[in-house]
Amino acid sequence: MNVLEFSVLIWLASLLAGFLGALTGLGGGVVIVPLLALGFGVDIRYAIGASLISVIATSSSAAAAYVKEGFSNIRIGMFLEIATTTGAVVGASIASRMPTTTIAIIFGVVLLISAYLSSVTRREREGQNQPDPLATHLRMNGSYPTPNGQEQYQAHAVPAGFSLMFIAGALSGLLGIGSGALKVIAMDQVMRIPFKVSTTTSNFMIGVTAAASAGVYLNRGYVDPGLAMPVMLGVLIGSLMGTRLLVTAKTRILRIIFALVIFVMALEMIYNGIAGRL
Amino acid sequence: MFKNSFRLTDQQVETMIGNLLRISVIIAALVVLLGGVIYLIHFMGTHPDYRVFTGEPRDLRTVSGILRDSLTIHSRGIIQLGLLVLIATPVARVILALFAFALQRDRIYVVVCLIVLTVLIYSLSGGRL
Repeated sequence: MNVLEFSVLIWLASLLAGFLGALTGLGGGVVIVPLLALGFGVDIRYAIGASLISVIATSSSAAAAYVKEGFSNIRIGMFLEIATTTGAVVGASIASRMPTTTIAIIFGVVLLISAYLSSVTRREREGQNQPDPLATHLRMNGSYPTPNGQEQYQAHAVPAGFSLMFIAGALSGLLGIGSGALKVIAMDQVMRIPFKVSTTTSNFMIGVTAAASAGVYLNRGYVDPGLAMPVMLGVLIGSLMGTRLLVTAKTRILRIIFALVIFVMALEMIYNGIAGRL
Repeated sequence: MFKNSFRLTDQQVETMIGNLLRISVIIAALVVLLGGVIYLIHFMGTHPDYRVFTGEPRDLRTVSGILRDSLTIHSRGIIQLGLLVLIATPVARVILALFAFALQRDRIYVVVCLIVLTVLIYSLSGGRL
């Protein structure tokens, strides 16, 4: 395979990954690493570097659209970014010392968990309406548009959410993924911020988290331009197409298919990691 | 445009930031595309090998090295410059938010932005733990 064929194939595969990722809301980044490592035999460190780049691209390009809806909470996002960026730098530093086979196994396990999480239905958390005093002090409470007008919400359990965000950041730096699912859980389930606010704020945070990891990867020489180029352009265009289609498409079946693909990839990552082939 | 130039609402700030992000992603993608085209023309016949990890050369790892390479129309350097612009977009977002919070005289969040910014700059400047 020469450079041209290689680049075009990677571009097409990334396009599909970005498209399905946006359409199903699972993010394209989560499949880029296994795709490159298993499908194209790319060293997992190069694959993570390229994946991080694509994560920043999708997060930043989607931000404008999310902002218009008026859901995201910039204070909650920025405050929690202290945890995610610190975690990301720690995770990225661990990645450079860990054997690639171990990274592959951890990656597989995280993929399995995300595939599982995307298949269970989310339940609304009802509970006491006592906000965290810390949240009030940090002016995190806000309002968001609903069909019945602006609705107020309060943030709870700030320290627990903050800790979970550190882990989300560390996983992002270690594996080159956006950790969007874990970020949403931290805000939606732990801090009990409305789901819509959680997902849009999470998207905003993903880019900043990935930039913190990408800096470390760039400096370590894990970001290869020849590989990152088709991945970034593919995922970016694919996810833009996916977002456009999102409004009209029925995504339930797609979600199941995509979850299955992730499931198979996860098992392959774990198997190849244990066999010492990645 | 703004009712009170010193009192930007969070919504206005976020719209501004969102648009800035989108424009920088487009610029980054165009630079990467330009470098990519030169790269493909230049290296068309060669065979890439990513199986064995060797790491990128020094000049493609640092901000100054990438800038030097792009000025000499080095295709891989130009792609890397585009990627650098992309990595910089979230950093710019934090800087903009910092200014917005400063205008709102929100001291706590100015400090929060400064902490996040410090971590980002630490990482981009080759921070090692």
